[in-house]
Amino acid sequence: MRLRNLFGVVMLSGIYSLLMASIFVVLDAVDVAFTEAAVGAGISTILMLGTLALTKSSEKVPMHTPLLPLVVTIVTGAMLVYGTWDMPAFGSVEAPPNQHVAPYYLEQGMVETGVPNIVTAVLASYRGYDTLGELTVIFTAGIGVLLLLGRRREPTNRPSQSDVVSSHTVRNKAKNSETKNNPAGSSHEGISA
Amino acid sequence: MKHHIILRVIAKLGIPFIIVFALYVQFHGDFGPGGGFQAGVIFGAAFVLYALIFGLDNALKVAPMNLVIFFIAAGLLLFAGVGVATLFLGGKFLDYDVLALDPVAGQHLGILMVELGVGITVAAVMIAVFFTFADRGR
Repeated sequence: MRLRNLFGVVMLSGIYSLLMASIFVVLDAVDVAFTEAAVGAGISTILMLGTLALTKSSEKVPMHTPLLPLVVTIVTGAMLVYGTWDMPAFGSVEAPPNQHVAPYYLEQGMVETGVPNIVTAVLASYRGYDTLGELTVIFTAGIGVLLLLGRRREPTNRPSQSDVVSSHTVRNKAKNSETKNNPAGSSHEGISA
Repeated sequence: MKHHIILRVIAKLGIPFIIVFALYVQFHGDFGPGGGFQAGVIFGAAFVLYALIFGLDNALKVAPMNLVIFFIAAGLLLFAGVGVATLFLGGKFLDYDVLALDPVAGQHLGILMVELGVGITVAAVMIAVFFTFADRGR
């Protein structure tokens, strides 16, 4: 099946996220399921729809054949499946992730932090550095979107360009010390001089 | 969507409950599923819903862009500030034991503050990103 209508694609990815959230619930990972439902199915669907409003709602027909991407995908997928053959059995106690620090967290988490939800204890306390890093990533992403797409809101009763230049020039001549705090004004002054 | 009376009424009824649920997820994350990330997204979703139904101009009156940008930085600074505070109190960075006399109480306080910082930044980034996208579309 091929879908070039991007609205349908966005809806399908939202449904996929919701299904993944229910799989996480079945696996008893309610915190992850919560995040997946809120972020994957909720906010990112809305943001994708917002993006669709800015662009076209159907995909362009590509000029090249999809043969090479298909081969790359199949080869990568086959290698990943081959890699899973060496993995320990699902939920095995002997699996390295269940032997490393997890037992310590499960036994001492409640004693050391007093927080019943072990996920919160690990996320905020034991792995505080990681969470700080994640938050910095979100911060940087937000700043990036604001810088790339944000618009500086112009005041409606903005004076004309000549008025701005003359007022800056007058002010800069009156107060020479202000020029370094006002690069726009000083550059105007340099042009007019 | 100003003319859809059903959407407007339902949104007005629902938004307070969405915000209360976000606060519940935020502050009950120590005991049940949830935490700063989820609460921030739900809190942001309330503002996104408001902007969708009542328009961006009304939403900007509720949450002015300068305020949203301020909170983007404030949450991260709160998180990092807790770490710096533990340094000054004689512990390691983000070692909450020193925040109170009792280590467990200190851990509780530290986790609460850190999760609050996460929630504030995530909510503000979600609101800012959606408002920016909606503003471009006009």
